[in-house]
Amino acid sequence: MMPPTEPRWVRYTLITVAMLFLTGLVVLPLLLVFAEALRQGLSAYFTALTDPDAWAAIKLTLLTAAVAVPLNLIFGVSAAWAITKFDFKGKSLLITLIDLPFSVSPVIGGLIFVLLFGLQGWFGPWLRANDIQILFTPIAIILATIFVTFPFVARELLPLMQEQGRQEEEAARVLGASGWQIFRRVTLPNIRWGLLYGVLLCNARAMGEFGAVSVVSGHIRGETNTMPLHVEIMYNEYAFTGAFAVASLLALLALVTLVAKSLLDAVLERREQRVP
Amino acid sequence: MIFFRRTLLAGVLALVAAPGFAADVTMLNVSYDPTRELFSEANKVFAAQWKAKTGNTLRVRASHGGSGKQARSVIDGLAADVVTLALAYDIDEIADNKLLRADWQQQLPDNAAPFYSTIVFLVRKNNPKSVQDWNDLVRADVKVITPNPKTSGGARWNYLAAWAYALKQPGGTDATAKDFVRALFKNVPVLDGGARASTITFVQRNIGDVLLAWESEAFLAQNELGKDKFDIVIPSLSILAEPPVAIVDSVVDKRGTRAVAEAYLKFLYTPEGQALGAKHYYRPRLAEVADKVADKFPKLTLVTIDAQFGGWRNAQKTHFSDGGTFDEIIK
Repeated sequence: MMPPTEPRWVRYTLITVAMLFLTGLVVLPLLLVFAEALRQGLSAYFTALTDPDAWAAIKLTLLTAAVAVPLNLIFGVSAAWAITKFDFKGKSLLITLIDLPFSVSPVIGGLIFVLLFGLQGWFGPWLRANDIQILFTPIAIILATIFVTFPFVARELLPLMQEQGRQEEEAARVLGASGWQIFRRVTLPNIRWGLLYGVLLCNARAMGEFGAVSVVSGHIRGETNTMPLHVEIMYNEYAFTGAFAVASLLALLALVTLVAKSLLDAVLERREQRVP
Repeated sequence: MIFFRRTLLAGVLALVAAPGFAADVTMLNVSYDPTRELFSEANKVFAAQWKAKTGNTLRVRASHGGSGKQARSVIDGLAADVVTLALAYDIDEIADNKLLRADWQQQLPDNAAPFYSTIVFLVRKNNPKSVQDWNDLVRADVKVITPNPKTSGGARWNYLAAWAYALKQPGGTDATAKDFVRALFKNVPVLDGGARASTITFVQRNIGDVLLAWESEAFLAQNELGKDKFDIVIPSLSILAEPPVAIVDSVVDKRGTRAVAEAYLKFLYTPEGQALGAKHYYRPRLAEVADKVADKFPKLTLVTIDAQFGGWRNAQKTHFSDGGTFDEIIK
C-alpha cells in the first residue's frame, strides 16, 4: 500500500468524526439497552426473560428464522445459479424482482399479505369456506419474513458468481461431471464464504423485522408476537425492564451475528493473502 | 414398521388433539390500547369462575392496539370471539362487513358499554403552566399531547370533547368550535397512533405540558410512574365516553364459543366485574359499586355523543372521514 498523501490533520479529523459518530449513534444506545435491562438486577432480568409471553415470543422468532433462512438459502442459490449460468428471456426482470423487497417499505410487504389472505382479500372467501386461517397466525409471520429477507442470499451471490464466470463449470462438464457433482465440487467451494455471509445477514434481518410482521401479526399475546413486537408491547405497558431485557437478547443475537461475520472476514482475508 | 407408524401417528394426533380433549376452551378478546391491565386481571378472574361453573379450563387470549386498527384487523379476519373497543363506530364498521349483527348495541345494557369514562388532563406536578380548563389549551405557551384521531379512539373522544366545550361557550357555533379545535391542534407537537403511545410520549419522553387522556389512562400513568410527577386536572366539561363490547357472531358460531363469549361479556356487568373496572379507573354503571367508589371519581358535566353530535356515525362522517373537519383543521 502507498503511504497516504493527505496531511495528517485531515486523516485524524476524518477518523475522529467517524469514531464520534459511531460512539454516539451505535455504541451508546447499545450500552443503554443493556444498562436499562439490568437496572433492577440480574434476577429481574431473568424473570422478564422467562415470562411465558416473552418465552413464546423468543420461540416464535427462532422458529421464523429457522424456516425463513433455509428457504431463502435454497431460493437464493437457485436464483443466482440460474441468472449467472444460463441465458434466458426475462433475466433482467428476474433480477429486478429479487431487488423488490429492498426497495419496497416493509409495511407494504405486510399489507400485500393482508390483501391476499385477509377476509376481504383475494383468497379470503375461499380460505374462509375451507376453514383455513393464514393471516394473524405464525404462518403469515413466516411468509412476511421470507418476503422481506429473500434478496439477501441472492444479492450476496450474484456479483460473486458473475465475476467467477462459467469456465470452471464448463471444464468440469467436459471432464464428464454431472450437474450435481459440478455444483458440489466446483460451484459450492467457490461461493461458500459469500453464501455464509448472505445467510448471516438474512438471519439477522429475519429475527429483527418489525414493520411487515407487525401488519400481519394480530398481536395475540403469547401466540403471534415476535421478539421485536413483544419489546414494543412491554414498553407500552410501562414494563421497561421486560422490554429492555428482550431487546438486549435481540441485540445479543445481532452481536453474535456480527462477530461471526468479522471472523468470516478475517478468514477470507487470510485466504486471499495466500493466493498469489 | 406398520405398528411403529401407527403409534407415531396416534402420538402426533394425541399431541394435536390433547388441548381439545381435556375440554380446554380458548377465546380471543380483541381490545383497544388502555385496557391491558383491566383485562389481564378480569380474564383471570372470569376463567376461574368459568372453571368452577363448567369444569372447563378457559384461556382468554388478548390482543391490544389502537381501536380503529384493531377493528380493521377483525374485518381482515382476526378471529376475535369478542371485541371490546374504544367507541361504537369501530364496532359498527365490523357490523357493516357482516361479521356481527347490526343491532349489537341493543344486545347488552347501557349501550353495550359496561363501564364509562371521560377525558381529563394530565399535567406535570404542581401544574407549572396553570392549565385549568379547555381554553388554556389554546394558549401559545402550552404544548398539548394527543394521539391521532384518524387511528385512535381515545383521540376522537379528545377532539369531540374540545369541540363540545367550544360550542357551549357564549356565542359558540360550529365555526367558532372549528377555530378553537384548530388552535388546539396547532399546539400539538406529536400525533401518536394510539392512546398508550401518547401517554408514553408525555410521561417517558417528557414532551408537552398537557396530555389529553382517558381518565383511566391518566390515573394509571400517575400510579405507575409516581404521584410526585403528575397531577390530574378535571376540566369544567367533558364528554361521556362509552367504550362498548360485542360478540363477533361469525366467529363464535364457527368456533362454538357463543356461550362462553356471552358469559364473559355479562361478567363485566356483575358486581365483581364492575368492581374490577373501578379498580382500573373505569367508572362503574352498577349503583351499588359506584356508591362505594364515588370519592375516586370527581364529578363533572358530561355531554353525550348522541345529544351533541347526533351519534357516532354522524360524528365520524362530519369530523373524521376523509375531507372531514379534522382534515381541514390539520391542513
